[in-house]
Amino acid sequence: MTATSLTPQRFFAERFGIAKESLGRILGGMLGKAVDDGDIYFEYLVSEAISLEDGVVKKASKSITQGAGVRAIADSRTGYGYSDDITIENLALAAQTARAIASDTAKSGAVAVGQSQHTPHDLYPVQTFPTEVPLRTKIDLLLKIDQIARSYDPRITKVFASLASQQKIVLIATADGLVVGDILPLLRLSVSCIAEHGTNRQTGTHGGGGRFEFDFLLDEERYVRYAREAARQAIVNLDAIDAPAGYLDVVLGPGWPGILLHEAVGHGLEGDFNRKKVSAFSGRIGEQVASPLVTVVDDGTLPGRRGSLNIDDEGTPTGRTTLIENGVLRGYLQDRLNARLMGLPLTGNGRRESYAHIPMPRMTNTFMLPGESDPEDIIRSVQHGLYAVNFGGGQVDITNGKFVFSASEAYLIENGKVTRPVKGATLIGNGPDVLTRVSMVGNDLRLDEGVGTCGKDGQSVPVGVGLPTIRVDGITVGGTQR
Amino acid sequence: MSIERDMARDLLAKVRQRGATEADLLIVETDSSTAQVRLQEIEALKSAQERRLHLRVLFGKRSAATSTSDFSLRALDRLIDETCAMAQATAPDEYVGLPEAEAMLTAVPDLDLYDEAAPDLSIEEKIALIKRAEGAALAYDSRLTNSEGAGFDTHVSQILYANTHGFAGTYRTSSFSLVVSPIAGDGTGMQRDAWYSVSRKFRQLEPPESIGVKAAQRALRRLGARKVPTQEAPVIFDPDMAASLIRTLAGAVAGTSIYRGTSFLVNRLGDHVAADTVTVIDDGTIPAGLGSRPFDGEGVATRRTMVLEHGVLRSYLLDTYCARRLAMTSTGNAARDAAGISVGTTNLYLVPGTYTPEEIIGSVKSGLYVTELIGFGVNLVTGDYSRGAVGLWIENGTLTYPVEEITIAGNLNDMLRQIEMIGNDLAFRGRTAAPTLKIARMTIAGN
Repeated sequence: MTATSLTPQRFFAERFGIAKESLGRILGGMLGKAVDDGDIYFEYLVSEAISLEDGVVKKASKSITQGAGVRAIADSRTGYGYSDDITIENLALAAQTARAIASDTAKSGAVAVGQSQHTPHDLYPVQTFPTEVPLRTKIDLLLKIDQIARSYDPRITKVFASLASQQKIVLIATADGLVVGDILPLLRLSVSCIAEHGTNRQTGTHGGGGRFEFDFLLDEERYVRYAREAARQAIVNLDAIDAPAGYLDVVLGPGWPGILLHEAVGHGLEGDFNRKKVSAFSGRIGEQVASPLVTVVDDGTLPGRRGSLNIDDEGTPTGRTTLIENGVLRGYLQDRLNARLMGLPLTGNGRRESYAHIPMPRMTNTFMLPGESDPEDIIRSVQHGLYAVNFGGGQVDITNGKFVFSASEAYLIENGKVTRPVKGATLIGNGPDVLTRVSMVGNDLRLDEGVGTCGKDGQSVPVGVGLPTIRVDGITVGGTQR
Repeated sequence: MSIERDMARDLLAKVRQRGATEADLLIVETDSSTAQVRLQEIEALKSAQERRLHLRVLFGKRSAATSTSDFSLRALDRLIDETCAMAQATAPDEYVGLPEAEAMLTAVPDLDLYDEAAPDLSIEEKIALIKRAEGAALAYDSRLTNSEGAGFDTHVSQILYANTHGFAGTYRTSSFSLVVSPIAGDGTGMQRDAWYSVSRKFRQLEPPESIGVKAAQRALRRLGARKVPTQEAPVIFDPDMAASLIRTLAGAVAGTSIYRGTSFLVNRLGDHVAADTVTVIDDGTIPAGLGSRPFDGEGVATRRTMVLEHGVLRSYLLDTYCARRLAMTSTGNAARDAAGISVGTTNLYLVPGTYTPEEIIGSVKSGLYVTELIGFGVNLVTGDYSRGAVGLWIENGTLTYPVEEITIAGNLNDMLRQIEMIGNDLAFRGRTAAPTLKIARMTIAGN
């Protein structure tokens, strides 16, 4: 299938014989006096992955996932039925399940379903989906990556690389009679290296991607950079000493360290947690929760970004939401249910992992706007501290606000200078408090390379983060060296 | 699953007609339902039927894996074509292939994984059950002011595996779980915690009121948590956190990490890698076990594997591919998902010791009792371990006050050797289980 001829509505109509009249009947049968909202979500996903180890590509896999979910919402209650066998009968059955949450039995008539709408943005206008690129081309790229990483340093002993490609077609029919669809590409290249010196064995990982064509990886020789960067990190870690333990001043480098924002404030500002008043940020809109230097936004409209979407998974156009403005808490991230119950505007953050999942408020691309400091000056300002430039994953307990994120490449700062590399360590802080101690914000905002995945309630969705270089006056660093 | 058996046979025959030398497939059919209640009101109901086919084909030493939830004839034919084309595009790998024909079971044992006696609960009955559990939590103390909700899940699955050796086996499983996640507040802060019960048999679930009360007690004891100064101290892992440590260990003994050289336990078979009292077993044959299965994702019979015996590393966990690469024998630990075959645990546990949890806590003058760990700060290549921790501070052998916003760090090599006491309180509440354990010394970072 080619991008030009394909529309989501035509795709599902032709493939499964789902006409808009039947959608109207199913929605109508489900809605009633006591049902406030509802939708039908169709999904068809092709995923392909190939991986390289021992210098050759021996593993290739492909999966096709299709299904539809029907949702009914009554007040704060959600009923959801889904099936991977897309037929009118199964949709009707799913609608019955969904409807079980409503107390009344009165049904409305059929919903008048309109013509399919165009999405408000066109953030990933690809001609050829990454899943359509011949396997041979992808295999050749991974083989080149293997060579590049190995030639970086003779101490690189192993290289693993994997390339994941996706094409996802979705169609959403809402209780308002709106039908809107999207076709989403997704591409992700990961490179890991092992460096060995005697008995010392270390690892480095890098990668990138987004909602782009395969050629994105070739442009600006990105794949070369990913391969070298993975190798470089592994080599750096060969010299790493034990990380310090205790409360230290920390400088976070630009880009991926933005995971700090994702964990420290992003999750705590999701509408569901705030409606239920279970977040450490509940009821704090308008309060100063960060240094005046700090402005944080969530933006689902950045072209091609991994966390970007033309529409969210409830059919709402994505947008840009200011979460914190000059240190003041401004807004929450919303889906339809929570926005309605809180009486707040939609923000286009209703996302779901797949047709088998109920939408929730989720982040898209979350980042801090740049400040005015020179990154060099920020490092120079620290007497004794940590300079952390690469991170693995993070996690947060939104109720007490405590969050962690784990550095995978970090250095000591001694007398204003970056000195020795230290081993990975987990940093732990308190969300509503950590950003109040941001004392410098760099002019070098960078977004991550496009590899992030966020998990919440068992649902994974692709996201992005970004950060300029910042200085945090005190955060607990979980190393072993006292 | 007689229809699927016929379908499996036809698919394998078609793959052979396309020139494939070997092939196998797994079909998983699941019926699931979820009900959630929050503050005694229904929050969500969800139910579904799903079916997925996983196919692997081999052309000599070249292979590819695919999966689909589209069972239409047209889609399956296309899948076969694509899988065959992909397999022929990959590089040959001398270790790839089906398990030996001799490794196939002649009869599939009944491991009692399906609850024949499970009541067919109506939605109202499920909701009533969840309300009892959450209600018990909320009624426990006036400081239980809010809730993240409570839920009841059921899963019933049928699994069919078939391969070109002529083996075809099926089994059924069921599981039921009830969880409560209340929030305690005291005006100065909020704390969430949870308790759950999960079982293959509905009637073996913990009573709902007991789950609710435990969840409430766990949330309450966290109120007023503070940081502690950075120091080295003994650390006691409660049973759930001890299980998380054993899960981490499982990653380091997975055959994939071993042949790739991405584990700190590479080339350590026969070495004393842990304290003498540490024995860890993976056993896929425990009747009604949550990790039990008669055969693994490539048809190999599951078994009982001694991973660590009195501190000595005895075995890695292997699927057929890893076993061949390492010149060993599969331990029946092949897991299978849309990405293909990988190594997974079955029922993995740390064999209990002789101490009561009270004796272990009583042995510590000043140290940490860990009840929750967050984050992903474990590097299996080096063994470096650094995670966010929540727990209770021990003074003079007594749990005194709650602590949070601290980390515990060490290296797994040292941590395993410094396991000083193991409790007698082993209870399976999942696929991985461990009793309370004490590590002599770790670095705690705080103020």
